[in-house]
Amino acid sequence: MTSKTGIGASVVRKEDARFITGTGGYTDDLSLPGQVYCVFVRSPHARAVIKSVDTTDAESAEGVIAVFTGEDLRSDGIGDLPCGWMVKSKDGSDMLAPSHPAIATTNVNYVGDIYAMVIAKTIEEAKNAAELVEADFDILTPVVDVATATTADQIHENVPHNQCYDWELGDSAATEAAFANATHVTSLDIVNNRLIPNAIEPRAALGNHDPASGLYTLYTTSQNPHLERLILAAFVNVAPEAKLHVISPDVGGGFGSKIFVYAEETAVIWATAKVGRPIKWRAERIESFQADAHGRDHVTHAELALSREGDFLGLRVKTIANMGAYLSTFASSVPTYLYGTLLSGQYRTPAIHVEVKSVFTNTAPVDAYRGAGRPEATYVVERLVETAARELGVDPADLRRKNFIQPSDFPYATPVALTYDTGDYEASLERALSLAKYSEFAKRRNESEANGRKRGIGFSCYIEACGLAPSQVALSLGAGVGLFESAEVRVDVTGSVTVMTGTHSHGQGHETTFAQVVSDKLGIPFENVTVVHGDTSKSDYGLGTYGSRSLAVGGSAIATATDKVIAKAKKIAAHMLNSTEEQVSFDDGIFKIPDSNESLSFGEVAFSAYVPGNFPIEELEPGLSEKAFYDPANFTYPAGTHICEVEVDPGTGTTKIESFVAVDDFGTVINPMIVEGQVHGGITQGIGQALLEHGVYDDDGQLLTGSYMDYAMPRADDVPDFIVDTTVTPCTHNPLGAKGCGEAGAIGATAAVMNAITNALDVNELAMPATAETVWRALTGE
Amino acid sequence: MVDITITVNGVDHSLSVPDNTLLSDLLRENLRLTGTHIGCDTSQCGSCTVELNGRAVKSCTLLAAQANNGSVTTIEGLGTPVDLHPMQAAFRDNHALQCGFCTPGMIMTAIEMINDSTEPLTADQIREGLEGNFCRCTGYQNIVKAVLAAQTQLRSA
Amino acid sequence: MYSFNYHCVSSTEEASALFDSCESAVYLSGGMTLIPTLKQRLDYPTDVIDLRGIDDLEGIVAEIGSIRVGSRTCHADVACNQHIHALADLAGGIGDLQVRNCGTIGGSIANNDPAADYPAALLGLGATVHTNNRDIGADDFFVDLFETALEMGEIVTAVSFPQPQRAAYVKFPNPASRYAVVGVFVADTSAGIRVAVTGAGSCVFRATAIEDVLQRDFRPAAVEGVSVDHSNFNSDIHASQEFRGHLVTEMTKRAVAKIA
Repeated sequence: MTSKTGIGASVVRKEDARFITGTGGYTDDLSLPGQVYCVFVRSPHARAVIKSVDTTDAESAEGVIAVFTGEDLRSDGIGDLPCGWMVKSKDGSDMLAPSHPAIATTNVNYVGDIYAMVIAKTIEEAKNAAELVEADFDILTPVVDVATATTADQIHENVPHNQCYDWELGDSAATEAAFANATHVTSLDIVNNRLIPNAIEPRAALGNHDPASGLYTLYTTSQNPHLERLILAAFVNVAPEAKLHVISPDVGGGFGSKIFVYAEETAVIWATAKVGRPIKWRAERIESFQADAHGRDHVTHAELALSREGDFLGLRVKTIANMGAYLSTFASSVPTYLYGTLLSGQYRTPAIHVEVKSVFTNTAPVDAYRGAGRPEATYVVERLVETAARELGVDPADLRRKNFIQPSDFPYATPVALTYDTGDYEASLERALSLAKYSEFAKRRNESEANGRKRGIGFSCYIEACGLAPSQVALSLGAGVGLFESAEVRVDVTGSVTVMTGTHSHGQGHETTFAQVVSDKLGIPFENVTVVHGDTSKSDYGLGTYGSRSLAVGGSAIATATDKVIAKAKKIAAHMLNSTEEQVSFDDGIFKIPDSNESLSFGEVAFSAYVPGNFPIEELEPGLSEKAFYDPANFTYPAGTHICEVEVDPGTGTTKIESFVAVDDFGTVINPMIVEGQVHGGITQGIGQALLEHGVYDDDGQLLTGSYMDYAMPRADDVPDFIVDTTVTPCTHNPLGAKGCGEAGAIGATAAVMNAITNALDVNELAMPATAETVWRALTGE
Repeated sequence: MVDITITVNGVDHSLSVPDNTLLSDLLRENLRLTGTHIGCDTSQCGSCTVELNGRAVKSCTLLAAQANNGSVTTIEGLGTPVDLHPMQAAFRDNHALQCGFCTPGMIMTAIEMINDSTEPLTADQIREGLEGNFCRCTGYQNIVKAVLAAQTQLRSA
Repeated sequence: MYSFNYHCVSSTEEASALFDSCESAVYLSGGMTLIPTLKQRLDYPTDVIDLRGIDDLEGIVAEIGSIRVGSRTCHADVACNQHIHALADLAGGIGDLQVRNCGTIGGSIANNDPAADYPAALLGLGATVHTNNRDIGADDFFVDLFETALEMGEIVTAVSFPQPQRAAYVKFPNPASRYAVVGVFVADTSAGIRVAVTGAGSCVFRATAIEDVLQRDFRPAAVEGVSVDHSNFNSDIHASQEFRGHLVTEMTKRAVAKIA
């Protein structure tokens, strides 16, 4: 159907009505009768032995209902927070995972680690009492520096050298041979700076327990309520899965940081039965800074081997990845299967070898954040390629063109375990060059020079693996769960449709996009489709929203379920039209049989399904509601070219983004307006990482960037308008041809910005973020 | 406890709250107007922005008592889904929101910005004017576009 | 926030009498620093005395050769003043739109944050601080980190700014907080060139070496090469002492260029 609301139309969003009128319902907006409030008591030390915790004074403080320590949870059978992905070291041994109790019992291991919880009638009373919890700590020297963590004091007793795993991927011998044959080797030392997520809605939880039924209900800020329920039930032992109802209502941004099962909601849902009252907790921003899982934080040495002609021969990468104090829910997979596998980029590099050591430090746990591994991989590859072009004196666009995987090469098996299904990298590059007016760059640079400014241009030709994930692949690589998605398309008696999805929308606009898909396929008005998500009692199951998977996997499940509805409806129509289902055609909401004027609307068939007067019930069930579980055959591979142009003020070292062009190939686009918005946000994150954002701990493990006073968030006046366009090669293996768009900006942009600044300064290496002082020092040689 | 008389979205309220009650808490907890959001502790994110006596303020950084005898407009007081304020409509029509959490504060700030200026604002001025409102989703581009669009409509009205 | 007693007073006399009678009182003007401080439980006054009910503390009055800005005048209103453009410019760059609608000049200078903008304007223009007891010259008002010449319970009522012949303020903002990493106020006044620097040190100060140079040669280029001793400057994750030293020169050049 080509309509104003079908696939490919920029439909304004259904969900906006509540958000623009202030009537959305985020977790902290909800309240239950009799609810009380919870405050967590957090370690001020980065590393200490807990000698004792005395809660006596706190318990007797005004308004206090209960004070719990880690021992209370442990003695009640509450288990540790698990990591859901087993990564094996080179030698075949399992990764080492330290014990991660929701509330610490023997040691605290980062500033913000919880050692007690206080529940009181008001927040202020809980805070007052929290100050009365007396802990006796034996303070130890913390391990803060990631690069030297393996030789520092041992943090966890079961983790020698603080090393979680020592992983590798690719052919070491072939890569060594490639380097032996190289005429040029470009090498870089790269630090990928730690980011702190900062969804504007702080994490929150509201728990309730009904003693009569034994049912626990948890409202929480989760990107994947079913997974939250599974982990709390099966691993943490809060309650049997059937007695645990998890609801993610409106959620104010996640970016990965709300995938994970955290200590706070675990403790809240457990304690609600203990105190017999609903309990609410909302993070203060300082808690978000201290205890949301952070992102990135890699130290890397990378080398690219090239032939005399500029062909890439081999890539060698050694990375140390910071896991923080404990293994967060998916932490182990990020610097391995979401990073090492992407190091081929868009190029025909024949030999690649990557080694990753993941280490523990006394800092907040690090896990998937906005791109998760793929921004780090893109940064390594694209900084290397740009630097190689500079060293060889060739146009960076030409060097990329020369090494691109060509459309005729697909399916293309990379040396790092992935098989790209489709793409046209040169098409994106050429379009981006044109939009960026690349041919006139020299003129612009001269104009800047005349004004005492330094202008630079930088490229980033990124690729990502999205659509997480083929369950068979994920399970074989150590994932603890399959990564399919579920959907139910429930046709109402009057022909309107309710769609249940296992994904979760926290800004992505699923209520609109998914409705476009279903209304387009069924030929019914867009307004007649309602999408329901975020409630474990409504959707069968689901793996949630992250990794740009919702349309490619969740949307495919919806498309599949919709096809099943159409198939069933054809049977009903055939019965109503005295024909056979093979004879019935369905187009634009109308069922027809050939050479006949007789037709039925979708609504008539739906009505008949529920008012089955003369159904042959032996062969035709009443009702019209279908489910699908869609497991992708492969990852999807969105890719594109980002081009950034900057101007540097040599007097202050300040960098201004003069222009930013992004041309992305997301396959089929359902709602271009929403896709553009996703790209804008991602680019801003990429620029933020390159210029502003940096989570910094001092040598004592104190977080120096613990508020917006010191953590520089990109604001409206830090970024320009972006020029965004798409090229399309549809994904070959899912019913929609869609690849995913949520992370592309964050994955591609950072390298483009840094390549532009290093181009402006004519230097190869520059620390990120490229703050004014960093740039000023590079310019002055100090 | 302190006695407060306050007009919120045109409705008069008299209530008695603890002296240390913030205006944002009075709105969210006492009046259950939860469209005003709390995103930080240090008066920077702007999610809590409301209009107090004609000016945009961060309601998490004011005591409720400071608004005594004042008049407050919150996001709930602007328009309804069937009768939107032009700024609300512009945010929807220009896809100026994703998760929606910062949106009420953005809208309240944007309205004051336009009300305050006798001259039409440029995109750059709008970007500067929004420096006290963080958005992590949109990259701001469509927010600026929405404010420009609403401005055209509000100035011609 | 810890609990406290809130009072709204209608005169400075009432305010200071109340202040004296309380165990540990604080004045509340705009609250842009005080409220976040209280929210984070970094201070625990027994009493908060709101000055908003006092008449005559708000507004800007033009006097002969100077303007008098009431202590409770918010930054947004100072930003609209037509008398001293550099002061308007400075006020328009404090915090953000919402903060400028609440934050007041009296509150800002009484707090004397080392990275605040207003102290540079007062010192640069040679302003006079009026309190409920006396007048204090800007050169004597700012003492040290968060420390001023105000006595316990003393209330700033207004600030008088002499009209300069020409003046400008340029700051290098902290990318996170937007406070001044370094801000330089340059003024050509009846008492000669004055250059006040905020953000760089523990307290706003006059860069006398630069003043001497500009007194002789008021051009951006003249500042080039004037060595600024940065050994006592602030150093943090946003800027080292050395970079702050460089920024003092650079911001001065830009302020002079803005004037010239």
